[in-house]
Amino acid sequence: MFNPIDLAFKKAKEENRPALLTYTVAGDNTKKKSLVILNAVSKYADILELGVPHNTPVADGSQIQTSAYRAIKNGIKIEDVFWIVKRYKKNKNSKPIILMGYYNMIFQYGQKKFLEKCKKVGVNGLIIVDFPWPENKSFTKKCKRKSIYLIQLLSPTTSKERLKKIIKDSHPMNYFISMLSTTGGKLKVSPKKIMLNYSKIKKINPKKNVVIGFGITEKSIKSLNKADGLVVGSAICKEITNSIQKRQNPVTNVANLVKKLKNKIL
Amino acid sequence: MKLKKGIPLIDQGNKLGFWGGKFGGNFVPETLKKPIEDLEILFNKLKKDKKFISERDKYFKNWIGTPTRFIKLENLTKYVGGAQIWSKVVSDANGGAHKIYNATVHCLLAKRSGKKIICGDTGAGYAGKMLSMAAKKFGLKCKIFMGAKDIERQQPNVRAMKKNGAEVVPVYSGSQTLVDAVSECMRFWVANCDTTAMCVGSTVGPAIFVRICGWSTSQISRELKFQLINEFGSIPKKLKLYNCVGGGSSSFGFWNEFMDYDKKQCEFIGVEAGGPKKSKKHAAPLTYGSKIGILHGAAQYVNQNSDGQIEETESISAGLDYPGISPLHCFLKDTKRARYTAASDEDALSAYKLVTKYEKLRPSLEPSHAFSVAIKEAKKMSKNTIVVVNSCGDAYKDKKILKKRLGKKYV
Ligand SMILES: Cc1ncc(COP(=O)(O)O)c(C=O)c1O
Repeated sequence: MFNPIDLAFKKAKEENRPALLTYTVAGDNTKKKSLVILNAVSKYADILELGVPHNTPVADGSQIQTSAYRAIKNGIKIEDVFWIVKRYKKNKNSKPIILMGYYNMIFQYGQKKFLEKCKKVGVNGLIIVDFPWPENKSFTKKCKRKSIYLIQLLSPTTSKERLKKIIKDSHPMNYFISMLSTTGGKLKVSPKKIMLNYSKIKKINPKKNVVIGFGITEKSIKSLNKADGLVVGSAICKEITNSIQKRQNPVTNVANLVKKLKNKIL
Repeated sequence: MKLKKGIPLIDQGNKLGFWGGKFGGNFVPETLKKPIEDLEILFNKLKKDKKFISERDKYFKNWIGTPTRFIKLENLTKYVGGAQIWSKVVSDANGGAHKIYNATVHCLLAKRSGKKIICGDTGAGYAGKMLSMAAKKFGLKCKIFMGAKDIERQQPNVRAMKKNGAEVVPVYSGSQTLVDAVSECMRFWVANCDTTAMCVGSTVGPAIFVRICGWSTSQISRELKFQLINEFGSIPKKLKLYNCVGGGSSSFGFWNEFMDYDKKQCEFIGVEAGGPKKSKKHAAPLTYGSKIGILHGAAQYVNQNSDGQIEETESISAGLDYPGISPLHCFLKDTKRARYTAASDEDALSAYKLVTKYEKLRPSLEPSHAFSVAIKEAKKMSKNTIVVVNSCGDAYKDKKILKKRLGKKYV
């Protein structure tokens, strides 16, 4: 299957740097603004994760929760999320889009209908926080048929045997959670330790791209730059919250932050 | 979808932890897969271990206090004028509610696994209070997550938790009630599962927590079965077991030993919280036909909108104020083994007034919901029908609400 996600990694590798992945919540702080933010960060980021806001997010820390609750309060619905992706993909410089969310949203929409809609609007990958392997096995196959990557999460608690099984069933991109934490936690493990765990995962199948996420900020991003890709989420959501509080434009502030992040890994 | 006989309901789930092929499961972040698997291995081993069982029974007997009373409510029976109304006074248990069984078992498991800290959620404050008691007893550090709204309305239990040395963490997100407390507790566990054990306060959450909790509260029906035979010589021909249902731990424990009886002989009636009469909000997903969704790691009937956002609930009783319901009860509903209905805030308050007027029993607002339906239905039943209501909590914690709604004389 062809997926532009592969190209994004390839390009970053050619430039001898990790791919930069951003995470923002759809509809934060409004439907239109979140689209403008995607457009603005596209200049610097390689892949964009777009959060589908959910009101019972069991794996998200306070920053992403704040963004999600703000979006829901502003009336964002799943159809709006698709609208944002569709509009974004009309942009000539658009990047691959990964939707990230919780399984109930997909379950209510219906797996089949959800994937059809994703395909139609141009979603390239999915991360479903509370739908782990092996529960997601059959859904993984359905995604593949639509050339959409289901990105498996791997954690420091995942045993070696389990890692092997998950990676065997996985698509060409996986996601390593840097530490035991919800999103937005302080990096409580040394980058060295993270990279050690990371290389164990890479060894299992070096061909599959593995990104690292959770706890990555402007401060820590450089120390992890040997990874295939790095995800920054909470730091961006926090920037949006701060901008709103200071009555500044979140779009310019977020774009500036992502530009800085990019400069650190060049 | 069918119930099996001769196999405990908690063990009737499939390999992935689904009852009836679709309720329950493990919809959890990857990080929790390992600690959950570890807990499954430990529990599956220990529940067959005679030494562990006798250790559990020792604490149940000497510390929790077994059996809790089984009493006839003579005056209420006379007033109602139908079936005989009895109560299993589970609030006799140490701490004042059934939550002590699950808390004790979780602490025993935590000790065996070498964990030094235990975290838990609470709504009415009983699950938290009991966990703080058990943690203290077994030398564990304890952290309790509780919605800010519940902290405000269930102060006596909050004070008890703090007195037992537990840290009470207020949760300000969402509706600031039980659903948010469980989410926050799960988040804490995600970040600390290497050092900390988690106790889920009811038969909800990932499948293993449903099983451990159901296994623990089943003590209630073990006692009741014995007490019924003692009283009537055998299990009565017409037995009706009424219980309030929040997450479903008290009701499941009250029914478990009677699961294999025909429902014509032994009927289960679960009473959910219908919320204020005037409000559209409720905490009764089974009664009001909520759709299946995923909440806190399990597939279940849950109040939600068409987008899959969990809906806010409303109930006078903090313990029942939860948008979801145990997968065990979803299974019991769909197999028609149990019947579910709801009582409103006002119904529960009237039932509380009646029970306390006629009996020396002060059921908290949760079991008052069950009393409400039991009293209404008992009227129309024959004298040889035995109605038993689980009085699974004491009204002391509800002082503030009762005073406000009914006046001083009811406190
Ligand atoms: C006294 C009492 N009864 C009932 C409940 C409802 O929970 P469950 O349905 O798990 O028994 C609670 C929960 O806090 C409670 O405190």
